[in-house]
Amino acid sequence: MAVKVMIPTPLRQFTGKQASIECSAATVGEALGNLTTSFAELRKHLYTDDGRIRSFVNVYLNDEDIRFLDKEHTKTKDGDTISIVPSIAGGLAATLKEIENQR
Amino acid sequence: MLRLPTHLEREIRDHGAKDYPYECCGAMLGTDGETGREVRALFPLINRRDDSPRNRFSITPEDFRAAERAAAERGLDLLGWYHSHPDHPARPSEFDREHAWPWYSYIIVSVDAGVPKVLTSWLLEDDRSKFEPEEVVPLKNASTGTQG
Repeated sequence: MAVKVMIPTPLRQFTGKQASIECSAATVGEALGNLTTSFAELRKHLYTDDGRIRSFVNVYLNDEDIRFLDKEHTKTKDGDTISIVPSIAGGLAATLKEIENQR
Repeated sequence: MLRLPTHLEREIRDHGAKDYPYECCGAMLGTDGETGREVRALFPLINRRDDSPRNRFSITPEDFRAAERAAAERGLDLLGWYHSHPDHPARPSEFDREHAWPWYSYIIVSVDAGVPKVLTSWLLEDDRSKFEPEEVVPLKNASTGTQG
C-alpha cells in the first residue's frame, strides 16, 4: 500500500528537509519501520532503546490516533496519511515531595 | 540565537507569575531564517498535567495541532515552547531532556515565590544527550502580539 508519512518540523533535519515521505507498507508499524530504515537518525527520536514508540510520540492514521485503533498493527490502505505528532512535556527534576522538603 | 521582543518576554514572565505555584506553558511562533530565529507571537496554553501541575507540564497533541495552525495562519513557524519552573532554577531538568525534541527552542523562566526571575533558552542536541544554552537577544519596539 502506498502511504504518506508526515514529518514534524523538528525531525525534518533527519529526512533531508522533506516534510513528507511516501512509502509502501501494509501496516502503520511497517511504514514507520521503513522510514527509520531509510533515515536511521530518526529512530532514537521515535523509539525507546527497547523498540517501543516513545510515549510522547503520537502516531495518527489519517485523523485517528493509532492507540485507539490497532496500534502499530493498524492496517493501511492506498492513499492513507500517517502523521507523527509530538506531545510536548517537561518540568522540574524533583518530585513535589522533594520540593516541599527543601522549604 | 533567539531574538525575543521585550514585550513578549514580559508576557512569558507574567504568565509564569499568574500560574504560580503551577507551571505555565505555551508555544512560540516566529521565523527561522539564515540570520537566526525571531519570536513574533506567543500562543499560551493550558498545562494539562492536572495531577502534578507544580512540577510538570504537558501539551496534548490537540494543543500542538492548534499551535501549528495558529502559526500557519500567520505564515510563521512553530519555533518552540516556553514553561516555568516554580521555585526552581531556569535550567532544564532530566525530565525536560527526556521529553524534549531537537530543533525547538525551549524557554524556561524561574518563578521564585511568585516573582519571575531568570529566563533562559535551550536547544536539545541532535543525539538527545543534553541541552545546550541558546542565546536570547532582546528586541525592543517590535510590533507583535499574543495569539489564542
